[in-house]
Amino acid sequence: MKIHEYQAKELFRAYGIPVPIGRPALSIEEAHRAVDEVAKESKKDVLVVKAQIHAGGRGKGGGVKVCKGAPAAHEAVGQVFGMQLVTKQTGPEGQKVRRLLVEEGLDIAREIYLAFVVDRDRRRLAIVASAEGGTEIEELARERPEAIVRESVDPALGLPAFQARNVAFGLGLRKKEALGAARLISSMYRLCTTEDCSLVEVNPLVVTKQGEVVALDGKINFDDNGDFRHPGWEALRDPDEEDPTEREAKAAGLSYVSLKGNIGCLVNGAGLAMSTMDIIKHCGGEPANFLDVGGGATGKAVTTAMSIILRDPDVKGIFVNIFGGIMKCDVIAEGVMAATRELGLKVPLVVRLQGTNVEKGRSMLAQSGLQIAPADSMLDGARKIVELVHRKGN
Amino acid sequence: MAILVNESTRVVVQGITGDAGSFHTKQMLEYGTKVVAGVTPGRSGETFEGKVPIFDTVRDAVQGTKANVACVFVPPAFAADAILEAAAADVPLVVAITEGIPTLDMVRVRAFLEGRDSRMVGPNCPGVISPAARCKIGIMPGHIHKPGHIGVVSRSGTLTYEAVWQLSELGIGQSTCIGIGGDPVGGLDFVDVLSLFNADPDTHGVILIGEIGGAAEERAAAWVQAHMKKPVAAFIAGRTAPPGKRMGHAGAIISGGKGTAADKIAALEKAGIRVAPTPAEMGATLASML
Repeated sequence: MKIHEYQAKELFRAYGIPVPIGRPALSIEEAHRAVDEVAKESKKDVLVVKAQIHAGGRGKGGGVKVCKGAPAAHEAVGQVFGMQLVTKQTGPEGQKVRRLLVEEGLDIAREIYLAFVVDRDRRRLAIVASAEGGTEIEELARERPEAIVRESVDPALGLPAFQARNVAFGLGLRKKEALGAARLISSMYRLCTTEDCSLVEVNPLVVTKQGEVVALDGKINFDDNGDFRHPGWEALRDPDEEDPTEREAKAAGLSYVSLKGNIGCLVNGAGLAMSTMDIIKHCGGEPANFLDVGGGATGKAVTTAMSIILRDPDVKGIFVNIFGGIMKCDVIAEGVMAATRELGLKVPLVVRLQGTNVEKGRSMLAQSGLQIAPADSMLDGARKIVELVHRKGN
Repeated sequence: MAILVNESTRVVVQGITGDAGSFHTKQMLEYGTKVVAGVTPGRSGETFEGKVPIFDTVRDAVQGTKANVACVFVPPAFAADAILEAAAADVPLVVAITEGIPTLDMVRVRAFLEGRDSRMVGPNCPGVISPAARCKIGIMPGHIHKPGHIGVVSRSGTLTYEAVWQLSELGIGQSTCIGIGGDPVGGLDFVDVLSLFNADPDTHGVILIGEIGGAAEERAAAWVQAHMKKPVAAFIAGRTAPPGKRMGHAGAIISGGKGTAADKIAALEKAGIRVAPTPAEMGATLASML
């Protein structure tokens, strides 16, 4: 789960991590008020207006304005609030800016990259840092890995202070700045572990000309598996950043990701669901979604899943690909038939069943009198649905 | 012989009285697995289905029944603790089925396992099965398996069943099938399992099923190239998965341009592994190498 920069910074503040003076705003009136308040409180001439969307690359897309004086900041608010912000992560359609963060400008002496990530190879949290802040860390890791400072954290020890200092001094920081950065790193470890983060990233972390170390930006991803012990996360959700169908699917206990194509996929198991998308593409079609109804798919789950797939107006055909293991194919067939009737399905439906009681399941579908095209294999099913959708002129 | 589990495997099921635990314990017993104990704290003295004694702790269960594999069906909030309990009782193998355990819990579990004799499979996996030994630990449909000499190792559940089904249809049986799980931080990885298969005289070839996210497949490719004496066929799910999106499994996510299917397939092919172009051809691809 992703949250906004201003929400991440509220968490930073709660854990004693220095952030610029700032105010979030959820309306344009609030944003103008925020400009005046931040100008007054910080006594700074330079103010920064930052679009709050989940996608990265906001600065390059024109969503971050550094303004000299409050009048300029008021003007920037007018420009950024409500704009359709296009960044390399939003796709060409962009994301509408509905929230802003107004902050004081800082006198920046140095920019640093700092992150806590789950190191999957070493199965630990790792600190990844670089003295070259503001850059693309992935690019840097590829081109000049020696410019990156890493520390791996033993979860039994927690983060000993010396490791935080190793990072700070390793970045070339000295004296008060290094000690400030080390303190910040220790606080960030506490935040990361207590709040079940899968990523905490500050890019850039800045050292001001006054020697303060401040998180100028902030990005936090939560580990969705931790949601049962963080009831507070619900309030941090921004429905405008979520795909409504994905949200609905999640509430129904289904795993769904919407894609750009026109062939809906209904599959049991995540690996099989991914490879069903792959095989549709392999046959010349475009998948409309990833959907996993769960390893032990039930008839009811199939009906819910099918109705969710049909919310997407682009869907011109559905491919059901189920491996009936413990849940038998005849039970799945019954579920598919019930869903087809209940939803009055208008688009072509291809069903490929394999596994336990497959013959019984297939003959039930064949005798149902419903417009269901059976498939002998996954490849056969993918070919059939692609052909049916193309034939309808989509 | 098979690997990890065989005729002498004695299973303790943690969470045996829960919905998933009781359903699948019945299935395991039906298949022939020696389930010798269950653990549900506070329920000692009771029996499951009138025959499997229930204990309060794993330690008691091991003392009372000589169980040597623990199978964890405990819900996510308590699952990491259950794995730690089994490892602390020195159970040699812990098979964690539970889906949805927080990643940082698993980071702590992994650290605890280091230097101990317990090995872990999973979590978020279908489990382990050795068909010739009639030993099934987990949630896979037992009857699709057939005794034989091909090892299957996979990050996915139903894709493993697909592969097994395809093999069985081709008349090719399996020595042991292992789901290593779909989480970013887990127990045995591809390399660990491949080295076990490599050393097992009963295994003559391996199907490896990977997916997007992480670099376990790339590590496996390098290991195969350097050490593997047996043919390996592979399939990678997620060629069409968009970056930055978690595809069902917590670990199935392309992040920062890393962990793509294309990179993994290239690494595997470079190591002499044949990669099935579609999931429909996993069995046939392996068969073509025998």
